[in-house]
Amino acid sequence: MNAPLFPAGQAWPDDFAAALLDPARPAPAGLTSWNGSDPAQRFAVYRNNVTVSLIDALADTFPVVQALVGVDFFRAMAREFVRAAPPASPVLAGYGDEFPAFVAGFAPAAGVPYLADVARLEYARVLVFHAADATPVAADAVAALLAEPATLPGLAVRFVPACSLLRSRWAIASLWAAHQTDDAAGDLSRIDPAAPENALVCRRGLDVEVRALAAGDAAFVAALMGGASLGEAIALGAGEPGFDLAGALGLLLAADAIAGFTPAGEGEQR
Amino acid sequence: MASSHRAPPRGPFAAVPASALPASAGLGLKPEHFLDILATRPALGFFEIHAENYMVPGGPFHHYLGRIRADHALSVHGVGLSIGGAGPLDEAHLDRLAVLLDRYAPESFSEHLAWSSHGERYFNDLLPAPYNAATLAAVCAHIDRVQERLGRRMLLENPSTYVEFVASDIDEPVFLSEIVRRTGCGLLLDVNNLYVSCTNHGRDPYAELERLPLAAVGEIHLAGFAHALDSRGAPLLIDSHGAPVAQAVWTLYDAALMLTGPVATLIERDNDIPAFAVLCAEAMEAGRRIAALNETAMPA
Repeated sequence: MNAPLFPAGQAWPDDFAAALLDPARPAPAGLTSWNGSDPAQRFAVYRNNVTVSLIDALADTFPVVQALVGVDFFRAMAREFVRAAPPASPVLAGYGDEFPAFVAGFAPAAGVPYLADVARLEYARVLVFHAADATPVAADAVAALLAEPATLPGLAVRFVPACSLLRSRWAIASLWAAHQTDDAAGDLSRIDPAAPENALVCRRGLDVEVRALAAGDAAFVAALMGGASLGEAIALGAGEPGFDLAGALGLLLAADAIAGFTPAGEGEQR
Repeated sequence: MASSHRAPPRGPFAAVPASALPASAGLGLKPEHFLDILATRPALGFFEIHAENYMVPGGPFHHYLGRIRADHALSVHGVGLSIGGAGPLDEAHLDRLAVLLDRYAPESFSEHLAWSSHGERYFNDLLPAPYNAATLAAVCAHIDRVQERLGRRMLLENPSTYVEFVASDIDEPVFLSEIVRRTGCGLLLDVNNLYVSCTNHGRDPYAELERLPLAAVGEIHLAGFAHALDSRGAPLLIDSHGAPVAQAVWTLYDAALMLTGPVATLIERDNDIPAFAVLCAEAMEAGRRIAALNETAMPA
């Protein structure tokens, strides 16, 4: 509508674009330089800018993944991802949603089986960091609910947008937390990566927080996030070890995760 | 004021200045510096953001930008609109820009004579286009659409480039002048880009400066570059935004100011970001040069 078509067969921009992320392709035809220097060597500046800036963007989003495998390994892995799945949008805060799945299938990382789930946790942190603002309910709202046990099972929980739950076969919350200290190596040595963990990612004020949840509490929260009533969620939570209703609700409150309560069936699923 | 002797702009937004930034020095707004800025309320003319970094629903970026914007003039600088691209503009991206501009009502909106998307891919770099009648028409159509959708004039920035195209038959100053004439947009004169491109293509930056549409300049950018060599050993400068402004660029900036008059000037730094005080000192240097110009132009 608003752009005329370019003459067919013109190398720019199809060839230019295709060569940026494919090192096997030659530099596009039709480039020149004032002094007869090699245009392909000059074109390599763009190739490098594109690849490096996108790898840097991934490194910003996935610092613990990078720390777990080392900078060289991470950048080699990210380079393959960037070439296979460049961003579709100029809003790079959303770049990396496909990275955890790529990591899960990246054969050289198979020896670090928890890496993809740590990546999921880090991507969830970015989403929560930038999620829409909302006012959480005050702590006494839950106290009032608990004082009326008859109506409680029929209520559903509305969550704030800045809230996410990850359930993992691996110790993702502990692995992530170990990298927030100055002694990551020492902390890591005390972690069993194969211990399943669940992480609630929420924003309190301006800070994103990661909290570990017992299996029962996580089943309860997951059910609520799926739109279940408190009664249904309690039944699901109680079916797994470590469920504590007051503790789980208190945790959601402390995490500023609850936007309100609605009769079940009227709440939005998420 | 430089604006007093500018040629009258054309187009539907001719009555509105392309930029209402104060003719003083500003800095790019970096999250690393949010707290320093709120604590020190520095005497800077304005802050500039990359539009795309703030196209998120909520959270700390909007919290801090709202507070900082309350104290300072604001420039919104887009890097993802792909105005120099061959395809149609991304209307969804224009919509996101409109929301951002409505929310923060910045004194200036600018974008690049470059492309960054093609098809379904975003390359996160400012890529070059040939300069000829076809690309001129496409760029002007894109700018017309941007200004129509956003309801305001924009500034267009001259690029740093590393290659030239066989298909180019218009030189950059003429290309930019014709864009300004046809669309009524303003020019964001990036003095570092001018220096980098002229070095990379064997041209005289001072001669090229004089041929740019300087009456339309609404903002100047200054930044640092990195050094490389082409295959024949000639300098190939890389627009890295990762170093202090080079002395040669300060000197070219002085020459530009003499031609434009006092104009809002940004120190750009996007990589190897130093402490806020270091960037402030660089901005103060630009401010001194603007002030010296005022004293020269208006003796007591």
